[in-house]
Amino acid sequence: MTPGEVPVQNDLVPLVMLLASLTPAVLIFFLREEQVRLRTVLNLGGALAKVGLVIWLVPPVVGGTRLEWRSTLVPGIDLVLRAEPLSLFFAGLSAVLWLVTTVFAIGYFEQAPHRSRFFGFFSLCVTASTGIALSGNWVTFLIFYELLTLATYPLVAHRQTPEALAGARTYLAYTLTGGVVLLLGVAWLTSLVGPVEFTDGGVEEVARLAQEQPVVATLVFGTILTGLAVKAALVPLHGWLPKAMVAPAPVSALLHAVAVVKAGVFGIVRLVHHTYGPEVAQALGVLLPLMLLACVTIVYGSVRALRQDSIKGRLAYSTVSQVAYVTLGVSMVSVLATTGGVVHIVHQGLMKITLFFCAGLFAEVLSLHKVSELPGVGRRMPLTSAAFTVAALGMIGLPPMAGFVSKWQLGLGSIEAGQSWVVVVLVLSSLLNAAYFLPVVYALWLRTPEEGVQWHVEQRRERPAVEAPKALLLPAVVTAVLALAAGLLAAAPYAPLDMARFIAELSYG
Amino acid sequence: MTDGDVFLLLGVGLAVLGTVRLVLTGDHLRRVVALNVAGSGVLMVLVAVAYRSNPEEPDSVLHALVLTGIVITVSVTGLALAMVRRVERDEQDRQASHE
Amino acid sequence: MSDLLAALVLVPLGAAVVTALLPARAAGRVGLVVALALGAGSVLLALEVGSSGVLEAALGDWSIPLGIGLRADGLSALMVLLTGVVGAFVSVYASGSAAARGGALFWPVWLVLWAGLNAVYLAADLFNTYVALELVGLGAVGLVALGGPAALAAALRYLFVAVLGSLAYLLGVGLVYAETATLDIATAGQRLEGGVVMVTALSLMTVGMALKTALFPLHAWLPPAHSGAPAAVSPLLSALVVKASFYVVVRLWFGLPGADGAMAVATLVGVLGAVGVVWAAVVALRQTHLKRMVAYSTVAQVGYLFLLLPLAVPGLAAPAGAAEADAARLAWSGVAALVVAHGLAKSAMFMSAGTLARAHGSDRLDDLHGAVTRMPAVAMTFALSGVCLAGLPPTLAFVGKWQLVQAALAAGQWWWVPVLLVGGLLTFAYTAAGLRAMFDEPQRADELVELRPVARRMVVAPLVLAVLAVALGLRSVELLALVEVGSVLGSLP
Repeated sequence: MTPGEVPVQNDLVPLVMLLASLTPAVLIFFLREEQVRLRTVLNLGGALAKVGLVIWLVPPVVGGTRLEWRSTLVPGIDLVLRAEPLSLFFAGLSAVLWLVTTVFAIGYFEQAPHRSRFFGFFSLCVTASTGIALSGNWVTFLIFYELLTLATYPLVAHRQTPEALAGARTYLAYTLTGGVVLLLGVAWLTSLVGPVEFTDGGVEEVARLAQEQPVVATLVFGTILTGLAVKAALVPLHGWLPKAMVAPAPVSALLHAVAVVKAGVFGIVRLVHHTYGPEVAQALGVLLPLMLLACVTIVYGSVRALRQDSIKGRLAYSTVSQVAYVTLGVSMVSVLATTGGVVHIVHQGLMKITLFFCAGLFAEVLSLHKVSELPGVGRRMPLTSAAFTVAALGMIGLPPMAGFVSKWQLGLGSIEAGQSWVVVVLVLSSLLNAAYFLPVVYALWLRTPEEGVQWHVEQRRERPAVEAPKALLLPAVVTAVLALAAGLLAAAPYAPLDMARFIAELSYG
Repeated sequence: MTDGDVFLLLGVGLAVLGTVRLVLTGDHLRRVVALNVAGSGVLMVLVAVAYRSNPEEPDSVLHALVLTGIVITVSVTGLALAMVRRVERDEQDRQASHE
Repeated sequence: MSDLLAALVLVPLGAAVVTALLPARAAGRVGLVVALALGAGSVLLALEVGSSGVLEAALGDWSIPLGIGLRADGLSALMVLLTGVVGAFVSVYASGSAAARGGALFWPVWLVLWAGLNAVYLAADLFNTYVALELVGLGAVGLVALGGPAALAAALRYLFVAVLGSLAYLLGVGLVYAETATLDIATAGQRLEGGVVMVTALSLMTVGMALKTALFPLHAWLPPAHSGAPAAVSPLLSALVVKASFYVVVRLWFGLPGADGAMAVATLVGVLGAVGVVWAAVVALRQTHLKRMVAYSTVAQVGYLFLLLPLAVPGLAAPAGAAEADAARLAWSGVAALVVAHGLAKSAMFMSAGTLARAHGSDRLDDLHGAVTRMPAVAMTFALSGVCLAGLPPTLAFVGKWQLVQAALAAGQWWWVPVLLVGGLLTFAYTAAGLRAMFDEPQRADELVELRPVARRMVVAPLVLAVLAVALGLRSVELLALVEVGSVLGSLP
């Protein structure tokens, strides 16, 4: 479909979606620490409003409507927010996960200091990821991409301990440098072909550039990709991710599921499918290296995850590996593969956020931080352990879990694209996933607690009736159920898979 | 070489001398003097330029400029001297308190 | 409207006399009211120039060249606007604490300085510019001297530098007059082709102004003067005073004939600016005191502004539609955005540093531990202004840098691009170093210094400016359009 055929309506709705998180962010900064109720209302109100907006917009947008809001940034370049299938897909993920993470964070930070600061930046962070989702051109994308970096820094440094500050510093050094490289790439592209607006299947001017100056087009692609690869944690630019694990649990959850790493891969989707277009990129020869990079990252992340005893560390390397599936999917010229890559944005988000919630629960309720401390915990915290198990099995890719759906699509796609060797990588990676997740599941349920283990229970967390505070437990259970549903109901209309296929088909015209 | 040229060169020379001295010396009072030498040099250049354009009836605009320049130089010198005095008094106080 | 031009120069001058005569308390009130009125007046001027174009007026009945001609095009209006807005906010800030002002002389000297700044921006001829520059120089030196015995030596050094710079400029004026027989910039521009004498004059005046603007390597005087000055003075010096001499450079290069023949000089100036960007940022990173760090930051930021010359001068002689002409317009609007962004962000940053120093009793980074939790709004101001100075989106400086990067690519001078990008990273690095010190929180509360109370307006005024610097990044088309009014380069497509 060319842009001319799609009716584009000027509308404030995309801006309103952005303001749904920006307004609470700004207001929360001005709240006093003890204004808990008002803060909670603002947080949940904004989050619910956004989920509502996304649900409201999906049917018309799938029906072909495009809503757009523009404002001139500098003469010739607009700030563009656009509601179209891919942007809603990502904004929807961000809206839903923000809602559950907000609930989790409210429980997590009960009575902790500096909550106004935390929730202010937290909302700002979600504003940025919504902005990334809705960006209609590269300059807008860049603005929100950098805003995301800046808004997450205080969250990573939140505890203000030397380790937190050091982790945050590494994070900032990586992501800001990545941002500068992205700026260079975007500025270069703009100076060559003018402002580039994302278009299904690629932009005409870029295709012409690729034909006339293939070397320059390749270099621009490489520059923009490098800028994105830092946040997407593609090897060898993944070093910040494990270090950023010092962040509080809700932050890690959001960082890994939707905010930072997803912003990177989402940008890669935009670059390959909505800027160059898969065929043009294929003709330039930039897709094969990207695919290889993704495969290396998938295997490397899994191997590193095997050796981590810290729960969060294992999950962090698992993210490195899992997020690369998205890159893998979009770098193969095949509707099936692209569908698999795009749908994994949501699937990995749901599963990974569940795992991080559970890790947070283990740490908060029983002060357990290591895999080796987990034997027998299933008896004490059955719901948490069940949620963890669902998500872990999904990550491994057992049918009928969400992870299986993604991997199946990717596998079929690789055959369709004539790259059947990728199936080997997928199988190998699944084996490795199993090797680092199954022992945890096994320990939770089937092993007995070691002799003389005294689980330390923090005084304020002691709630004899339930295994953990509801505000912490509920989000984990909800996301686990959603992850399960995404797999079981994959064929249903408006399910993530359905949406992803729709997006992929648009890209191939 | 006409009179105008001589004054022009003389002015440039004074300006250069004053500037070089201003940059090289550390003594506050000498700097004030050097600044005045450089200033006079610049003003002399302006006078010479006015003279060279028409020796019979020199340009009055440039003369007005020179007069304004002189006033400014005097006021700057005044301010500089006042500040030099205070700086040096402070420095002496500091030395006295050290001893 | 011609009354407005005169008022913008004469009102602060008159108010300076009044505040000098009144007792301190009354002088403070008058000073603040006048400052707010001047702020409003400069907004009015910007609106007027934006809607009806270039304004001109003559003071008294004398005609040019002996009379004092005033002229406001888009660039002048933008500079007056920046001065008005920053000036008003800093005045509010200054009214919050006597220590921040440094003494009773603050109001009269600051108002003289304000009159001088407006006179520089509105002066229509080269000689009035000289007089206005001296007024600015004397005012600025006087304000630094309010910093007490420690600042006096820096003030004296600043005085020598300022006067030396003015003398170089005056010599240049003489040469221009000898060549063109006029002091009116517009007339001189039409009078003649460039030649050796014009290039010499231009170079002399540029050196003089570069000295006052602290272009590397002529910057050594700036850090002690700007960091030693009282809390309310440093923002004025860094945000406004260095801009006046830079403005004169722009006027000369884009007003006088012969600039296009001095491309080598323009490139040299650009290279010095680029070296300054990197060098001063690295030095800033190594500072142990916040105000000194911020002062070095000014040296670095000034470097960006001078990239205008190599990027825009080739466009002067280029035919319309040529790549050089496009690059020139992009660079022009980019530097205008950077000038405003730096003005807002640097004044906010210096004010927040002043507030922190006042509350903690020192601006040593190690004494500022825990500031993020104890003075969150001030730490936020520092962070926001640092983000803006670094040119990160979504701030006004990002718009400026984006335009400059586009200009460099359009002009085929890609080598400035890494300077712009690396400079931004380094800027953020020293901002982060400052923030890190504020984030650092000792385990025990008694390891923290006891905070002294500060007036609320010393927290709010800088925060508003910092937010403005960020918000303007999302909406700057009006500002960019203003600076094109009457510009020799024409407007952006």
